[in-house]
Amino acid sequence: MSPLSIELSLGVSALFLLLLESFNMVPRKSIAHAVIALLVAALVALIISPTTTVPASMAEFYQLDNLAYFYKGLALLSTLAVTVMSLEYAPVINQFVSANPEKTKDAGLGEFYSLPLLVCLGMMVMASANDLVTIFVSLELVTVSFYVLVAFMRRSAGSLEAGVKYLILGALSTGLLVYGMAWLYGLTGKMTLAGITDKITHWQGSNVPLLFAAALLIAGLGFKVAAVPFQIWVPDVYQGAPTPVTAFLSVGSKAAGFIVLTRVVQTFLATDSAIAPQVTQMLLVLACATILFGNLAAIAQTNFKRLLAYSSISHAGYLLLALACHAHGLGFAPEEVVAFYLATYLPMTFICFLVLAAGRAQGISEDIVSFKGLARTSPKIGFALTLALAALAGLPLTAGFMGKFLVFFAATLDGNYASLVISIIGAAAGFYYYFKIILALHSKPEAEAPVISLNLGSQILMMLFVVAIIVVGVYPDLIGQMLHAGQ
Amino acid sequence: MSPLEIIILLPIIAALAIWLGAPARFTAVAASLLNLAVTVGLIGGYASAGGAMVWKSSHLVLSNPAIHFAVGADGISLAMTLLTMLVTTAAIWSIVDKDRIYYIASLLISAGALGAFLSTDIFFIFAFHELALIPTFLMIALYGHGDRKAAAWKITIYLGTGSLVLLTGLLGVVWLCSPDSGMTFDLAALHPFIGNDKTGWWGTSCFFTLLLGFGTLVSLFPFHDWAAPAYASAPTPVAMLHAGVLKKFGLYGLIRIALPLFPGVVQTPWIQHALLLMLLGNILVVGYVTLHQRRLDEMLANSSVMHMGYIFLGLAAGNALGVNGALVLMFAHGISIALLFMLCGKLRNHLSTLEMDKLGGLAANAPFLGVVFGIAAFASIGLPGLANFAGELLVFLGTFQSFAWDKGFTMLHITTILSLLGVIISAVYMLRAYRKIFFGEAATGLFMSDPVIAQRVPMFLLAAVLLVIGCHPASLLNLIQDSLAALNIK
Repeated sequence: MSPLSIELSLGVSALFLLLLESFNMVPRKSIAHAVIALLVAALVALIISPTTTVPASMAEFYQLDNLAYFYKGLALLSTLAVTVMSLEYAPVINQFVSANPEKTKDAGLGEFYSLPLLVCLGMMVMASANDLVTIFVSLELVTVSFYVLVAFMRRSAGSLEAGVKYLILGALSTGLLVYGMAWLYGLTGKMTLAGITDKITHWQGSNVPLLFAAALLIAGLGFKVAAVPFQIWVPDVYQGAPTPVTAFLSVGSKAAGFIVLTRVVQTFLATDSAIAPQVTQMLLVLACATILFGNLAAIAQTNFKRLLAYSSISHAGYLLLALACHAHGLGFAPEEVVAFYLATYLPMTFICFLVLAAGRAQGISEDIVSFKGLARTSPKIGFALTLALAALAGLPLTAGFMGKFLVFFAATLDGNYASLVISIIGAAAGFYYYFKIILALHSKPEAEAPVISLNLGSQILMMLFVVAIIVVGVYPDLIGQMLHAGQ
Repeated sequence: MSPLEIIILLPIIAALAIWLGAPARFTAVAASLLNLAVTVGLIGGYASAGGAMVWKSSHLVLSNPAIHFAVGADGISLAMTLLTMLVTTAAIWSIVDKDRIYYIASLLISAGALGAFLSTDIFFIFAFHELALIPTFLMIALYGHGDRKAAAWKITIYLGTGSLVLLTGLLGVVWLCSPDSGMTFDLAALHPFIGNDKTGWWGTSCFFTLLLGFGTLVSLFPFHDWAAPAYASAPTPVAMLHAGVLKKFGLYGLIRIALPLFPGVVQTPWIQHALLLMLLGNILVVGYVTLHQRRLDEMLANSSVMHMGYIFLGLAAGNALGVNGALVLMFAHGISIALLFMLCGKLRNHLSTLEMDKLGGLAANAPFLGVVFGIAAFASIGLPGLANFAGELLVFLGTFQSFAWDKGFTMLHITTILSLLGVIISAVYMLRAYRKIFFGEAATGLFMSDPVIAQRVPMFLLAAVLLVIGCHPASLLNLIQDSLAALNIK
């Protein structure tokens, strides 16, 4: 099998489905089902027949290491979850796309179901990209698809506002990124990360221009992963975008940003690199600011979706902290800690967004108060959501704790005590705002308690995620083995 | 499968069954009685082991750093398990006419405590303790009394932050004490940290972090602010389990992890002095606060914070006598405070107020309650013949073991003498409460009769344990002292 065959078949199918949609021949639901089937098939193909060799002609810009596989799996899984979630959310999309929602039940849904495939394609290529051009092209494929998806509900002011904000700040970040890449290329004369590493480790002249390029790249990617001070777009875009897209942004886009950041940072932090200490400092400062801001700003939120946006920022902070640590003796390299964290972040975040999406489609607003008493009327959803929130807060024996645990451990081993203290403050604040929602779920409703029902696909997905949160929390080696496979 | 794994899993399975619709009271009581029986059986079978860890079982859950789901029990953990199961059984038994969430929460808190006491891997010792955080939070916030929301937030944020501090301390332990072969969380594989002039600093600061982390969980002054409001407002079973059992986890952790792995560090002057000052805060400051409480629940809540000081005193002595005393006192205090909270809950159910000035003469109609309250209150003061006395005596003897005439009084001895004042303070407030509530003139409209026979069983159980251990402390000491010696606490 060619190393790109899964990606290519996803891309071709996405285009085919878009085409099919424009002829109005098939019911929209079957497009979603086709997408789900495709993604499951791709996931199976990825697991049973891993290709490890990359032909020499491709090796310049494409690599297939363990990490790449792991992120490809994450990309497929999150796209799958998003599609399932979109099925729940379909009525809301129809309502805000169609001029006459009563008549046209399916308006706009075809594109909404098939566009995520293109995002997935971009993320999968990005996982393997190891040269500046590939990184840029795949990153833009993801970002441009998101421009469409975020502003998809064209009759909703919130969605449009989110789209414009995302477009402008996305363009700005792309500009910074390209500028940084240009500097890097100008300084080293290389496009491949390996070549750049080689140049940086044998650097002779002043390292100020190198640092400038590094800062630009980190700033550009900082926008993608929502690091402070590049997080300004996050709350509004998260709140305005259709919920499945928000979930996708929060997990998929973040994972994609972090795989690139990992590769780029690895280049800068290579042994004997001329700029390693400064880049580490930069990352540490970003991490601490992100943890503090994300957690403290989340305290005051009353809207569940917006709160999750701040929570997403705070988790980016922990991820950045992991990236900034060397963690000698931990058994997990920094990039593996990041991958682990993202893998644990996926199920807990998706459970929250799944409930939000289904609730919104069934007429429940996104304010925390409107979820009061949910655990009494829908005990299973209440339990899943409680578990997911506890995991987000980092309670032990859940997957969320293991991620934080590894980050804390790495910071301890590195002696980054200041960032450790800040992480503790952040996590303590996290206890408050996640538990606030747990409390609302279990308290007595003021008026009528909300009832949320899920369709079969979402139920299966939610059950899988619940199992994943508990199993990974108790048996973290499951993911550890995936990350260490073949080493 | 080790019997210990069954003990840990049984309450979780029972909670799950109740959540799925099994009859709540029957399942919960049956599960806790079964667990109690298994625990007693194991203690009977342990006698010959001579302080070693037995019934070990271990499953690898993460290879590097090495984390195992490892269980094992020695005399100390068996004593704590017995305490947990006695209090759990009594707490669950005493739940009357409540939602099933009461049973689920009690079982989960119990499972968390059992897991923490029976694990032999630092990771799971820590993790299991946190299992109790959500049930405690929800129970206080939803079903508590008084200013319940504030109390629930306070306990959750305090304990959450305390655990994070503790976590960094534990990570430090793993870093400092792991064998050369790699990082491990397995307690048996960790070796004691012996620092030299240069590295000793690491040991002391790690120990101090542990002290702060564990201390917060035990309401060590000045990190005690969460405890009194939380216990005063918690629903009865939660107050019993948290004050009686869960709070002992921090002390257990110090004895199990901090003292053996950092031998002698507790006697480092600055650490010992800091600890002595903090525990004096518990005994004298909180004791003074307790004197001025007007409501029974608030008085009991504060007294449970105050009595932690004596246990810390035993740990501060750092010798076998003191730590033995601390362990006996942990056990005795757990039983006595749980019994007091159970009685307080009964009173709350029947009376419109718990203000002691408004009550009186209850013993006339409720002689059984009067007797049991008397036993628990006397135990809590430390009257000879009841379990707490044995513990306190050992603690005081332990601190004075190092006394030498030529060196005069050290800080440790002065603290001990000052903390004897605390005994008087607790006698004052306990006896005053006993007199005001059960004797004197009956208040109009505020009276209650004894509970039905079935509800007297748990009270009788706990009171009997206080008497048995009090008259024959050796039965408990024999269980724990070999294991303490095996931990190298001399």
